[in-house]
Amino acid sequence: MGSGSSVNVNYKYSLQKSENAFKAAVLIQRWYRRYVARLEMRRRCTWRIFQSIEYACEQDQIKLHNFFSYLMDHFTPSSSKERDFISRMFVSGESVKEAELEKYCDYESLEVPDSYTGPRLSFPLLPDHATALLEAFKQKQQLHARYVLNLLHETRKHLKQLPNISHVSTCYSEEVTVCGDLHGQLDDLFLIFYKNGLPSPSKSYVFNGDFVDRGKQSLEILIILFTFLLIYPKEVHLNRGNHEDHMVNLRYGFAKEVMQKYKVHGKKILKMVQNVFCWLPLATLIDQKVLVIHGGISDTTDLDMLEKIQRNKPRPTQAPSMTNRLEFSRWVRQTVQEQIEWCRRLVDISESEDEELTYSSMVSLTDLDGPCWTRQEEWKQILDILWSDPMPQEGCKVNTVRGGGCYFGPDVTGKILEKYNLQFLIRSHECKQEGFEFCHNRKVLTIFSASNYYEIGSNRGAYVKLGPDLIPHFVQYQANKTAHTLTMTQRISRVEESAFRALREKLFAHTSALISAFKAYDTDNTGRISLSNWATAVESVLRLGLPWRMLRPQLVRSTADGMLEYKSWLDDLAMEQRSQEHIQSSLLEVIYRNRSNLETIFRIIDRDHSGLISFEEFHQTWKLFSSHMNIELTDDGINDLVRSIDFNKDGNIDFNEFLEAFRLVKQSQ
Amino acid sequence: MENNHSTVVVFPDGAVAEIEKKIIEAFEVFDQGGDKTVSIRDIGSIVRSLGCFPTEAELHELLANIEKEEPTGYIHLEKFLPVMTKVLLDRSYRPIPEDVLLHAFEALDENKCGYITKEELVKYMTGEGEPFTEEEMEDMLSTALDPETNTLHYRDYILKLIVE
Repeated sequence: MGSGSSVNVNYKYSLQKSENAFKAAVLIQRWYRRYVARLEMRRRCTWRIFQSIEYACEQDQIKLHNFFSYLMDHFTPSSSKERDFISRMFVSGESVKEAELEKYCDYESLEVPDSYTGPRLSFPLLPDHATALLEAFKQKQQLHARYVLNLLHETRKHLKQLPNISHVSTCYSEEVTVCGDLHGQLDDLFLIFYKNGLPSPSKSYVFNGDFVDRGKQSLEILIILFTFLLIYPKEVHLNRGNHEDHMVNLRYGFAKEVMQKYKVHGKKILKMVQNVFCWLPLATLIDQKVLVIHGGISDTTDLDMLEKIQRNKPRPTQAPSMTNRLEFSRWVRQTVQEQIEWCRRLVDISESEDEELTYSSMVSLTDLDGPCWTRQEEWKQILDILWSDPMPQEGCKVNTVRGGGCYFGPDVTGKILEKYNLQFLIRSHECKQEGFEFCHNRKVLTIFSASNYYEIGSNRGAYVKLGPDLIPHFVQYQANKTAHTLTMTQRISRVEESAFRALREKLFAHTSALISAFKAYDTDNTGRISLSNWATAVESVLRLGLPWRMLRPQLVRSTADGMLEYKSWLDDLAMEQRSQEHIQSSLLEVIYRNRSNLETIFRIIDRDHSGLISFEEFHQTWKLFSSHMNIELTDDGINDLVRSIDFNKDGNIDFNEFLEAFRLVKQSQ
Repeated sequence: MENNHSTVVVFPDGAVAEIEKKIIEAFEVFDQGGDKTVSIRDIGSIVRSLGCFPTEAELHELLANIEKEEPTGYIHLEKFLPVMTKVLLDRSYRPIPEDVLLHAFEALDENKCGYITKEELVKYMTGEGEPFTEEEMEDMLSTALDPETNTLHYRDYILKLIVE
């Protein structure tokens, strides 16, 4: 029995040991799974923050349009100067007669100095030119303005003879590669070419719009894409995106980039690019089965109409937001008389081509038909293609977030696919964490090619390849070496930091509104608010639809027994943002909140893109602004403000200096 | 970590409403389509990010409570909210204190040398308890192992795990 009992003891011991191991393992696994879940939650919250701020920005664009229409309604120009001023705001992006365009953007007279070491282009372009350009851009060289303009002219000539809808067939080049938004991120394009190969007779590419804005190398991307377009016209196809648009470029960075890189000829280049954008095709059809468009579709999308309309008509976004049709028609009725008057004045002054449509003339021409459709109907077709987003619910509703296009449901997708005998849609327009995403039961594919779009580590980019079987194959990437070396936790932290910084900026910009909202809960005027009410109040002011209770630990540091002292919290926020003390903080707040609006307006005023506006122009702008924004600032107040920032006292304001004075220009710009 | 259901506690109205708001927020973060449903696979993340430490078995039990009929792969907020509210009110699935976690690692560290080898870790995590999937194992290895020695120094790792 002795040996038996020792065996028993051994057995008991090992049983206990394995029990312990089991329990220990469960504990560790529980902890680990919880850790991963927290990380996932943080990642998604961060994503939400960026997305909601991005879309809120696009909503600002609507507000800008509404601002302009408000101007039209309420601001009675008291002098011809002011009338000119406003009309300039509306008649922006002048469509110029072709001959005049050629003359103004002439490149032949531009001499290229011998000292120039960059690539020299000659037409027709050859593959060697493309590789030279790629190499040059990798070395951070700049293409001489002459060649840029030449390229743009030739691109325009080529695009003009293309139909609205391009056709690609997989029987000629076995595979077609479709790329989504690039947004000026040249590194991503390099990565795509590296992984997938350059365009060639056996390698077709479709680039699905949004080549420019936000990223810093939009022009380089355009140059490369246009070059390949001209070298391999059968294999390279470009679709227009909502960012291939002058008004959007003024706001989101492309116009600025061009002016910074080409100080002398930037204006010409911008003018040419604007024209080229108008001639970009609207859609691509692969094997008659896969429709590739930048944004999406609507329940009224009509491919036959899209094929026939004149796509180079002035940008749809110039109109007041078409989102609320009722509001729009009411507005139309109200101001038709004014518009007709305006129209007459403009016809007297301008030398524009017949096809130029000003805001106002569009309105008065609404009842005159084109072929069989109204201009409005045509514009809606284009707007829908360029701006729409898919939604999970059935139906089709106006896209109020973007200010253009629709939200379209799976039933809308189904109908379009059936009507035109298609297999699925490929679109871009929305950033996706994995670079691509299916929806509508795999009938709609979103492909997004700008990696690290919000911040390093925020998302992957991807492209999709289709063979004759039309089965999509995806390749994902992330164009940043640092992103690879960071651990997942570090990556998430970094992106998170960036998101919260942006969020704190937004909170600061709404300080006054927040104080009012908090006070509504703090009836006893204790200066404190419960955290629950804090969340509700913040959402009511910012309307970003964010999970504030989840985010709270990172936004609010110290609380006393569950109550927040909101004044000091807001003061802490302000300390991060404030620069000059003698500027009234409420003014700073207003400027901050409307920073990008202001910038756009300034760029519109600064017609000659000189970067300078006069005191008077500034004054007028401010008056318009305050009349709309209900700010009380006396004329003296404005004058003081202006004088304090004209550092060199030459009566002109360099816009960048103005913004810098308030440190409103972000470090990266 | 046992749940104490023996006492009936009365909560002020405000507290329950606040808890519900928290749950709805967490749910909506994972609700990609905006139609008040999330994939079953995400329920674990949601429950855990609300402060709970359920085992996989407890999670399955919870899901069974929520989705009594044929599982569709999607959970609707309507069904999730009352069940999760009760979980939070009952304080089910309490967190594990760090020292208990330390003991757990020490129990697996036979030689008491302060670290666990990669092989041992894989053996325990995929062979014992509620085993990791291949993906989970790879994930943990990539963040937990010291790349030079291929070992897990658990005291340091615990610090990483508990800091959020």
